[in-house]
Amino acid sequence: MINYIWMVTLFPLIGVVLNGLAGVKFPRKVTGAIGSLAILGSFLTACLIFAEVLRLPAAQRTSEVVLFTWIACGSLLVNIGFLVDPLSLVMLLTVSGVSFIIHIYSMGYMAEDEGFRRYFTYLNLFVFFMLILVSANSFLLMFVGWEGVGLCSYLLIGFWYQRRAPADAGKKAFVVNRIGDYGFLLAMMLIFVTFKTLDFSTVFAAAPHTLESGGLAVTLITLLLFLGACGKSAQIPLYVWLPDAMEGPTPVSALIHAATMVTAGVYMVVRCSVLYSLAPLSMDVVAIIGCLTAIYAASIGLMQNDIKRVLAYSTISQLGYMFLACGVGAFSAGIFHLVTHAFFKALLFLGAGSVMHGMAGELDMRKMGALKSKMPWTYWTFLIGTLALAGIFPFAGFFSKDEILWDVLQKSTVLWAGGAIGAFMTAFYMFRAVFMTFHGESRVDEQVHVHESPRVMLIPLGVLALLSVAGGFIGLPLIEGGNRLKEFLVPVIALAGHGAAAQHGAHEAGFEAVMMVVSLGVALAGIALAWLMYIKNPAVPEKLSERLSGLYRLIYNKYFVDEACAAVIVEPVKNGSLFLWRACDNKVIDGAVNGSGAVMLRASRILQRVQTGMVQGYALGFVGGVIAVLYIVFAM
Amino acid sequence: MEQVLFWICGVVSIVFAVMMILKRNPVHSALCLIVVFLCLAVSYLLLGAEFLAAVQVIVYAGAIMVLFLFVIMLLNLDDEVHSPGKPRMALIAGSSIGSGLILLFLLTGGVFKALSGTRGAEKVVAGNTQAVAELLFTKYLLPFEVTSILLLAAIIGAIVLAGKKG
Amino acid sequence: MVDTTQYLVLGAILFCLGVAGVFIRRNAIVIFMCIELMLNAVNLTFIAISRSLGSIDGQVFVFFIMTVAAAEAAVGLAIILSLYRRRQTINVDEVNLLKW
Repeated sequence: MINYIWMVTLFPLIGVVLNGLAGVKFPRKVTGAIGSLAILGSFLTACLIFAEVLRLPAAQRTSEVVLFTWIACGSLLVNIGFLVDPLSLVMLLTVSGVSFIIHIYSMGYMAEDEGFRRYFTYLNLFVFFMLILVSANSFLLMFVGWEGVGLCSYLLIGFWYQRRAPADAGKKAFVVNRIGDYGFLLAMMLIFVTFKTLDFSTVFAAAPHTLESGGLAVTLITLLLFLGACGKSAQIPLYVWLPDAMEGPTPVSALIHAATMVTAGVYMVVRCSVLYSLAPLSMDVVAIIGCLTAIYAASIGLMQNDIKRVLAYSTISQLGYMFLACGVGAFSAGIFHLVTHAFFKALLFLGAGSVMHGMAGELDMRKMGALKSKMPWTYWTFLIGTLALAGIFPFAGFFSKDEILWDVLQKSTVLWAGGAIGAFMTAFYMFRAVFMTFHGESRVDEQVHVHESPRVMLIPLGVLALLSVAGGFIGLPLIEGGNRLKEFLVPVIALAGHGAAAQHGAHEAGFEAVMMVVSLGVALAGIALAWLMYIKNPAVPEKLSERLSGLYRLIYNKYFVDEACAAVIVEPVKNGSLFLWRACDNKVIDGAVNGSGAVMLRASRILQRVQTGMVQGYALGFVGGVIAVLYIVFAM
Repeated sequence: MEQVLFWICGVVSIVFAVMMILKRNPVHSALCLIVVFLCLAVSYLLLGAEFLAAVQVIVYAGAIMVLFLFVIMLLNLDDEVHSPGKPRMALIAGSSIGSGLILLFLLTGGVFKALSGTRGAEKVVAGNTQAVAELLFTKYLLPFEVTSILLLAAIIGAIVLAGKKG
Repeated sequence: MVDTTQYLVLGAILFCLGVAGVFIRRNAIVIFMCIELMLNAVNLTFIAISRSLGSIDGQVFVFFIMTVAAAEAAVGLAIILSLYRRRQTINVDEVNLLKW
């Protein structure tokens, strides 16, 4: 079965071909069914492979399936091949599973949209590339998936391209990602120069002998890779595209910009854990950037009124946690959080989409309130997602976030404090969102007829809610053998050898339990504060914003980062481009082209006199030419 | 005998060719051309190409020239008037043709000199028509068939071009 | 036995007369006749050299040239006819649209 890993990626591609090329006349139900079934096929195949791998002993769980040679050029040999190991399997299952649920949801959410077929084609294409990304066996093939998901992200953010904002957002995402991709490319070249190959297995096997620990080469490679991860996973300073990406359809935000694509950076860092373990400096950078992003994005999330933006900043912040975990060497904790986050963040986005659906597209939480009774299903599932994200026992987020914080604490108290502050803010802004949306007084416009969403949307919510509750139990702490995910991932992570987390293998159970209570307390404190400010005493936020108006405005406007970006980067580049356009292109290049044209025109004016229109004149010239040729040939 | 006939044919054909060029009336020109063609047919006979001589008389002097005359009559053309203000053209033409003629004479000599190396196998092939036919239907069978298609195309083209009332 | 050179010279003279006619005359039909004359001059050359080489191939070529000439005459005259219908003239000086 393992040898059929390529089928996982084949199914979505079939979906793309059927829907994209042949599906012009398919009815919507057929289009949606094809799209969803394609993903279901992938998911089931991945499940079968997973079951087979589970039966194998831990040491044999990694295998490579090479289909054919893709590039053979000098010393560069790249195969189209797949790497089946615990890490890629976890990713495959998460990606295809969540994708399937979101495809089902989309059939309801997009039912009225004109671009229904286009939507499913893009979505299947995205899943195809994402599966390539997580199952590739070499950096280059991974990069193919990496770029492919970027493309699909661009297409889907700008799905409603007729409107200005989505089109601009799509461009922004594409351009910002390009900076990250540049880093990835450079890293790949460096890897090739160093190892003469791009295969994961060869590179990681050779890394410990080839590279000097903490040396320049490995540090540079990992930092550049991290730059790529920053772009894809929206970390400081390349996070600016993700909030704008919310212009896309909500299921897209759920799938691409919360559950799967944005986690590609985390996956990549974990995949390269061997390299990162050799570069302590890069590890520190990853941890610090992750921690900063976690706090920073969470603080912006505190003030947002757009429900999807709250979730977007929350996503950035949670991605920060994942990188924080990777940075302290707790790679498996990062993946654990990635998985649980995929569940509950997809759930939250889909819940927000359901709210939007019921509110005729309204996103502003100031115009919501008291939706609990009107949308009970949405409310309860959204609440479960919120509790999971806030890190409340026994929801999934609690276990994963707690594991991260625990591992961070082993390494650095400062970073732990940052993470805890972030967790506090997370709990606060998420419950602020819940309270503003579902509780309190109704601020809904009178024309809006609020209604619960159709069943095709609610069932995916229910499934994801179940996963958000139960997902944490794949990585139980404290109990011996309880952290199954970590054990499962050991073959991949252990390659890292002396990773920081590996050293702390022995759990100090008592202390850890205390810390769990602490982090739970932090989250509960955030919830309590939100309750105080938005339910008990709704006047507080306003007073507070008046008293701290400067700080409020700073955060409300997202620290003016977009404006600063525009002033420092975009404007100079734009002006430079304008200069190049007007001075260089218009004058020099166009001048040369037009000038040569003008010269030819003048010359032609002289020569055109020959063209009299007299056929006999032409014949005369012709005969003259013949005579000249004959003379040259015979008489000379 | 052959010499005499050649000279008569040659001189007559040149004279009538000149007359063809100079006659203002196109009908006269056409008639002169027929004479030239007949003289050439005699030359072909002298060269031992009886088949081509016959074809020359039947196809050229017969069919094609009748076609020309037919068109001339159909159009009911007047005598050609030398358009005024074009003497320059005639001058250029005259001088260039003169020099061209001289050059061609020179060239003919040159070409023949080049050919003279292979000379000597001058044999008059007996049964000329049969010989041509043999070649035509064996070695040149494909071109022969292609020619028939060409003629068909020409017929259709002529009908298309001339048939419709403009 | 007439020397082959004499035939060649005769052919050359006729050819040049044909060329001269093409230049001198304004009537499209006469120009066309001059072209026929040139073709015949070439035919004569072909046959003369064919005899000189003792090969019959040249005569076959002449046969083909005659066929092509017949086809050409048919199409050419048709063109002249339709030209006349459209412009009421076959004077080539007046048919000079093909210029800048």
